[in-house]
Amino acid sequence: MSTWLRQHWQTFRLTLARLAANPLGTLLNVMVIGVALALPLGGYLLLQNLGGVSRQLTGNPQITLFLAREAGKADIAALQARLPQLAGVRAVRFIPRDQALEGLKHTENMADVIATLQSNPLPDAFVLETSGSAAELARLEPELKALPKIAHVQLDSAWVKRLETLIALGRTAVLILATLLASGLVAVTFNTIRLQILTQKDEIEVSKLIGATDAFIRRPFFHLGFIQGALGGLAALGIVYLCMRILNRSILELARLYGADFSLGFFGFSDCLSLLFFAAFLGWLGAYMSVSRHLAEIEPR
Amino acid sequence: MISFSQVRKSYRGGHEALAELSFSIEPGELGFITGRSGAGKSTLLKLIPAIERPTSGTVLVNGQNIGSMRRPAIPYLRRNLGLIFQDQKLLYDRSVFENVMLPLAFTGHAHKDAARRARAALDKVGLLAREKANPITLSGGEQQRLCIARAVVNRPGILLADEPTASLDSASAAEVMEMFRSFNQVGVTVLIATHDEALVERLNPRVLALKQGRLES
Repeated sequence: MSTWLRQHWQTFRLTLARLAANPLGTLLNVMVIGVALALPLGGYLLLQNLGGVSRQLTGNPQITLFLAREAGKADIAALQARLPQLAGVRAVRFIPRDQALEGLKHTENMADVIATLQSNPLPDAFVLETSGSAAELARLEPELKALPKIAHVQLDSAWVKRLETLIALGRTAVLILATLLASGLVAVTFNTIRLQILTQKDEIEVSKLIGATDAFIRRPFFHLGFIQGALGGLAALGIVYLCMRILNRSILELARLYGADFSLGFFGFSDCLSLLFFAAFLGWLGAYMSVSRHLAEIEPR
Repeated sequence: MISFSQVRKSYRGGHEALAELSFSIEPGELGFITGRSGAGKSTLLKLIPAIERPTSGTVLVNGQNIGSMRRPAIPYLRRNLGLIFQDQKLLYDRSVFENVMLPLAFTGHAHKDAARRARAALDKVGLLAREKANPITLSGGEQQRLCIARAVVNRPGILLADEPTASLDSASAAEVMEMFRSFNQVGVTVLIATHDEALVERLNPRVLALKQGRLES
């Protein structure tokens, strides 16, 4: 066991030394892998942030009920008693038409328009706070429409639903992109290892002749693939982080104009770690395929 | 011990390199394989470390049957053999010392222990002073001695050499031969293929004379 560990440690150091001995080649390989991984990773980061926004918005979906003009005080009282009993309704707020008009007067540019009106055109309204999901809202909608003296039911979840669908679409796109570029990473490693095997052809042949096991000969190439993949993953995280910092300057500005406080957040520690391991695994996989393919070709004669 | 019985080796295309070859080399013996080029000397030597497999017949090395040996077992067979190749197979991208360290890399020696052994082997062939040199800067005789150091660093029981004096002047050749004899004197089985009959006569050893893949009596 200690021999096995020592040999791995020696191989690891040797591989790092080899990579350091050829800094330009290493850098180029790492950049290729890094850029390839950064594309889907950046997409994923955007989606993760958008998903957070949409969750915030759907936290308590609202439904607005506009009453018919002829609804009287008795009807309102009946509804006020009935609405809180419906399943999925958390809170009910009544907005009398006078209050709605008053509120509108405070809105910029509206005061002048309202001053010209002869009478109040607004209906009485109820605002329902619901706890339910999009599906529950859809179930609630016809039930509310069936109530007496209701003129119009407005769900404000429609655009949230659209956003969610868009995000799901984005996820699929990122997944396709990630799959394609992950295969690209495997191919890049496959080729790097193939070249490395050719470079070390003599050493491999001699090693085989004087009693090196296949496992021993393969080991440095697995290390090389693994380390190169991990370095590429690190480069991808760096690229995405840098892009995020640059974008955030503009996003903060934009959000302030909309009176919101929003900026992109980066991945957590465990996400970063998973990505590094995934990239390292892809590198290992490329090395494994390349070694299986090319090492058998070097057979001493 | 090395034992051949009824060994035949033919290559694809029908060329028969060895035919009906039977002999055995006892532990501690010094043997020479002679014959003109193409007589099958190299093929014979390649059968022992399983670089080639016999077409028919049995090759036994230390009791192991080479013909039926599974691939994963071959490296462990080779670690007990010291091989000196006709084309030397030195690595010119590293120092003399590192060339000798190569066989110790996969036998699980700690670095200190391996370095000590490598220097001992270099000392035995008189190259300790050149350990940092690149093999390309060595003379032909020195390169051959480096091959010997690499072959013996694992202290193998059997030493196999294919034309070790082919490209050397007579003084260097005699030096190299003397080295093989001294290894043989400490109990190593040595088998050398050569076409240099004059060199063989001086030592008066066991001779396996090959002609067209058969032993001449």
